[in-house]
Amino acid sequence: MPREPATVPAVRPAAGLVGAQPGGGDAAPRRTGLPPTPGPTAASAPRRSSLTLAQQRIRSAWLFLAPMLIVLLLVAAWPLLRTVFFSFTDANLSDMSGWQFVGLDNYISLVEDPVWWRSVVNTLIFAVISVAIETALGLIIALTLDAHIPGRGLVRAAVLIPWAIPTVVSARMWAWMLNDLYGVINAALLSLGLISKPYAWLADPFLSMVSVIAVDVWKATPFMSLLLLAALQVLPREIYEAARVDGVSPVKVFFRVTLPLIRPALLVAVIFRILDALRVFDVIYVLTGNNQNTASMSIYARQQLVDFQDVGYGSAAATFLFLIVALVTIVVITFGRVNVAAAGDGR
Amino acid sequence: MIGARRLFGRIFFYILIAVIIVYTVFPFYWAIVSSLKTGTSLFTVEFIPRHPTFENYVALFKEQPFAYNILNSLIVAASATIISLFLALTAAYALSRIRFRGRSAMLFGILSVSMFPQIAVLSGMFELIRLLGLYDTLIGLVLCYLILTLPFTVWVLTSFMRELPRELEEAAIVDGAKPWRILTRVFLPVMGPALAATGLLAFIVAWNEFLFALTFTLSNEHRTVPVAIALITGASAYELPWGRIMAASVIVTVPLILLVLILQRRIVSGLTAGAVKG
Repeated sequence: MPREPATVPAVRPAAGLVGAQPGGGDAAPRRTGLPPTPGPTAASAPRRSSLTLAQQRIRSAWLFLAPMLIVLLLVAAWPLLRTVFFSFTDANLSDMSGWQFVGLDNYISLVEDPVWWRSVVNTLIFAVISVAIETALGLIIALTLDAHIPGRGLVRAAVLIPWAIPTVVSARMWAWMLNDLYGVINAALLSLGLISKPYAWLADPFLSMVSVIAVDVWKATPFMSLLLLAALQVLPREIYEAARVDGVSPVKVFFRVTLPLIRPALLVAVIFRILDALRVFDVIYVLTGNNQNTASMSIYARQQLVDFQDVGYGSAAATFLFLIVALVTIVVITFGRVNVAAAGDGR
Repeated sequence: MIGARRLFGRIFFYILIAVIIVYTVFPFYWAIVSSLKTGTSLFTVEFIPRHPTFENYVALFKEQPFAYNILNSLIVAASATIISLFLALTAAYALSRIRFRGRSAMLFGILSVSMFPQIAVLSGMFELIRLLGLYDTLIGLVLCYLILTLPFTVWVLTSFMRELPRELEEAAIVDGAKPWRILTRVFLPVMGPALAATGLLAFIVAWNEFLFALTFTLSNEHRTVPVAIALITGASAYELPWGRIMAASVIVTVPLILLVLILQRRIVSGLTAGAVKG
């Protein structure tokens, strides 16, 4: 329903204070004058015509949105609901229509399966450690890219390479480098004298997790550093000038000035990466397959669903993962609103 | 004294840059080197191949349907991108330029779709694709790739359009132009760079997708490139044809890297528009 034109001016000033309104920056537009009231003519034009114009625009908005919404309902909402539905049945992949309700049986077996909990722990370890390293490395690369030195363009181009390489390809490239017999990594470490015998990077229970994390770090750090670079580049240069003139050490400037200022962007990037890491599939599947030492929740769910044909049980695992991701998203969005306001103040 | 410190700082800095470049580029370089080697030379560490050969590349096209795989990936990724851009363009106009009730909720809903773990829709999607008779077809893949590309393109285009000045459409509104006309005549002409950047990012997402392609295709001829590369196997784990795998990796990566390097500025702005504003 359109707003009464008379009330619009009263609302405007409030919406304009981005910093004062938590969340004013993310969902609502930063521009304030979006309602289609032709400002100067509003007073002179008859009230009814501007109302129908607004109505007309709202009607076309829904018309414009309809195709996208229909497609998303078909390919996202419907399959998701069916997955949740299947998780309460004993459906089988070979005949998905012949199912029977089994209540919470699938969830009960899931909770009792140590292999599932192993995959939950694996996923959490993977997510926390890889994102922590990616953040630290991403920050270092972003700071390097932000410095005005010759060769900057070269570094940025180099950093984009891992990002552009498909995950499957990067996993295979690393699998070859990490090969226990002929891999270049074992050869390099041996010749440097850092190890005395070749390591089985992808077979050893502990080392395989290390390898999976290392490959993900290589692939995902560029994304992190580009997001952080974008945040660094909008910081006011005068602060750094002032700090330099006052002779403050660069390390101090980083921890006292830079880090607090880019904190909001840093948190957003970290959250994005964590959500991404919680659903990890490709890199682990290609490097170590369904091996229990590294299997993530996604890998466990797909193995049950496709390899063992158990749609009901696999769907329960998938629904569980969905709930975890949804929970993290909700927590983050509530807590993210504060950040958006803080970002508004900080800049 | 200060001069010496600055010199050390500078040297440290250049070492840091060198380390970053080696770290990011070396794996790809090693893939190129390995792809040019066959037989036993593959198993010796040499940083420049002594007898480079294109045997692996030839074998890839002669002994398996790799050309089909590339074509499949191109068709699927391009279709998903074009459909997404088309649907997203009108949606983004409505979401960025027209104020209506439920708009923030809708933006939030679209953002949360892009957070979906793919596995959460897998069984429902399996049923849907079978129901439509699209199992092991490219159309089936295009359909399920929309869940990845569409929310993303809507989100990025919405934030792009929000940045366009208000004056741009104000005159058209006063003239009584309808939204469709404003979109096609006023916005579309200035959206070229935004559409190119968004389209490229969506294309890369679809080109790289693995889980759906692995699950919803069966025959070698209908596989996309990532699945084909992941499933190149030898007689045993120790007989994997690494040279051939590396050759395939190089083939699919080189065009992407070239595109990304040419369009790097646009990509960076598109990425940050899509993510930071989330």
